[in-house]
Amino acid sequence: MSYEIVARPHQENFIAWSKDKPQVVVLSADLTNSCEVGVWRDTYPDRFFSMGMAEQNMLGVAAGMAREGLEPWLHTFSVFLYRRPLDQLQMSIAYPALPVRLVGFLPGIMTPGGVTHQAIEDIAILRAVPNMTVLEVGDATEVESVIDVAHAIDGPVYIRQLRGEVSRIFPREEPMILNRARRLSTGDDVSLLTSGIMTEEALRALPLITERGVSVDHLHISTLKPFSDPQVVQSVSSAKSAVITMENHSIVGGLGSAVAEVMAENGVGTPLQRIGIKDTYAHGASQKYLMAELGLDARALVTAVEKALGKRLEISDEELSEARVIDVHSTAKAEAL
Amino acid sequence: MVTKAAVPRGKDNDAMGQIGSTIDIPRIHEIAAGIRRRVLDHTLNNNGGYMSQACSSAELLGCLYGGVAKLPALEAPLLPQPFPGTPAPGGTNRTTGAAFHGKQSPEHDRLIVSPAHYALVVYAALIETGRLGEDALADFNKDGSTVEMIGAEHSPGFETTTGSLSQALSQSIGIALARRTRGDTGKTWVFMSDGEFQEGQTWEALQAANHYSLDSLRIIVDVNQAQCDGPMDSVMSIEPLAEKIAAFGWDVHKLDGHDVEGIIAASEAEGAKPRALLCYTDPVRGLPIMQERAPVLHYLRFKSEDERARYQEAYKEMVK
Repeated sequence: MSYEIVARPHQENFIAWSKDKPQVVVLSADLTNSCEVGVWRDTYPDRFFSMGMAEQNMLGVAAGMAREGLEPWLHTFSVFLYRRPLDQLQMSIAYPALPVRLVGFLPGIMTPGGVTHQAIEDIAILRAVPNMTVLEVGDATEVESVIDVAHAIDGPVYIRQLRGEVSRIFPREEPMILNRARRLSTGDDVSLLTSGIMTEEALRALPLITERGVSVDHLHISTLKPFSDPQVVQSVSSAKSAVITMENHSIVGGLGSAVAEVMAENGVGTPLQRIGIKDTYAHGASQKYLMAELGLDARALVTAVEKALGKRLEISDEELSEARVIDVHSTAKAEAL
Repeated sequence: MVTKAAVPRGKDNDAMGQIGSTIDIPRIHEIAAGIRRRVLDHTLNNNGGYMSQACSSAELLGCLYGGVAKLPALEAPLLPQPFPGTPAPGGTNRTTGAAFHGKQSPEHDRLIVSPAHYALVVYAALIETGRLGEDALADFNKDGSTVEMIGAEHSPGFETTTGSLSQALSQSIGIALARRTRGDTGKTWVFMSDGEFQEGQTWEALQAANHYSLDSLRIIVDVNQAQCDGPMDSVMSIEPLAEKIAAFGWDVHKLDGHDVEGIIAASEAEGAKPRALLCYTDPVRGLPIMQERAPVLHYLRFKSEDERARYQEAYKEMVK
């Protein structure tokens, strides 16, 4: 399976989108080019606010601007939006339900920057914050359309954003829709719910799995909160053998937990397997290495399906090896981080 | 720059919301006396209150509400509303206690209260200046009321939720930047406490205000040198505060926080930088018997009926 690769899908799209929206301002904390808003800054210098490495203040400034009718779009790495300034996020932005857009880059294990740069529990924390909307993109089409989804919400929004070289999996004319999953295949043996980059990873293994006679109902999830799409209940209720979730995040508090809550509340007793980071920190290494080490890759999905069905599917490593691996030193990124 | 000498005062102001009037200094002293009196009365009736904050900040708040902050006048005092529910996306319950500061306009100042623990004192100041109903303190800390013990953005006089201290200055920078963007001429004032200078966020904010040359931003700080655990220099020293803030690029005025004329002069002095009025205050000013409780002055709760009776006597002196 190969997809069109789009270089820096956010960069030009966000510039064009902002043109007729004078209330849109960008705040950045010394990661401007790394978050693909360097050209935006040069295009709209009066609407760009460099806040330096001072995220607690940046979130407060954004809150004040939002109170005055501006629409601040904060761009930095995810960890610097919710870990260090969580009190500011909650008391200055989330409690008053202000329309501040927190655009977080490097979700999960996307970076060799190590534990300090890897947002592995952001969804868990921000799902627990009242008034938040939590979105995660899975491809270039969603990178482009998530800004419309966020813009329409009169409240705080956190986006797990992708950058650099991003596959286009979903057609351009099918933008992200709030709280609506994309059904990528139908079946009744296994209900599979994937989010973010894990959707593409799952799509590597799924043709091999279905070839072996396993039918999979596959939903791509891009809205983690709210989490009330009726397609989710319908999918997990109809699976005969297993429900499997797959996320670039801790298995605690993210997609897997959200699905478990839906299953419990609806009396769905099918076994649930959560593929994700198993309550551990990661470290500095390549995405491919970490996905294999932490059990986040296509092989992990094959193993989960085999466990659910109680049989071997006989899928070789060679068949799975058509992985698309992004070069750490891609020219589509500002630095190797 | 640190300025210590008082500057002659002059300019007109709109103490009563009418541009062109003069700041009425005797009136500010009346407001300050009224703040102390109301907070002591409340403390006596409820066996507890943030009394030392009233003693230290009475003249600061008297100045701010008496004309230093150019707030639009209200036609009549507003009554506190019941708690409407927590805010939610879509503008639900996005009420603000800023209504007690009058209808916002590009020309008028804004006043953001940072240390929410001063709420009782702020409410007293609002009552004294005809912005909040006379009986509002009866709702203080009552279930379902917005006259909360630790004020939040639905409480009279508050427009941010800053019980977690030091978050108002950053938000005020955002407000001031947005106001500058749309061409407002009014200033944005932030009332702060000195304890907030122990928080790192305050210094991030000072740094940003300087970077953006936010000359419309003014902070006025109650430097009472006391905090919950006791004297600040025993908890965590912040001095030399004026020199530190000046080194961050601000115009700093180091003042006696009970010298009304000095506060007015510093507020009206010329300057093109963000400005800090550091008002050194006495946490027992106007209520000297509280000195017996030093150094722990954060909250006044009577230890005996005898002690309460002596404060009752002090109250009688105040209302004479």
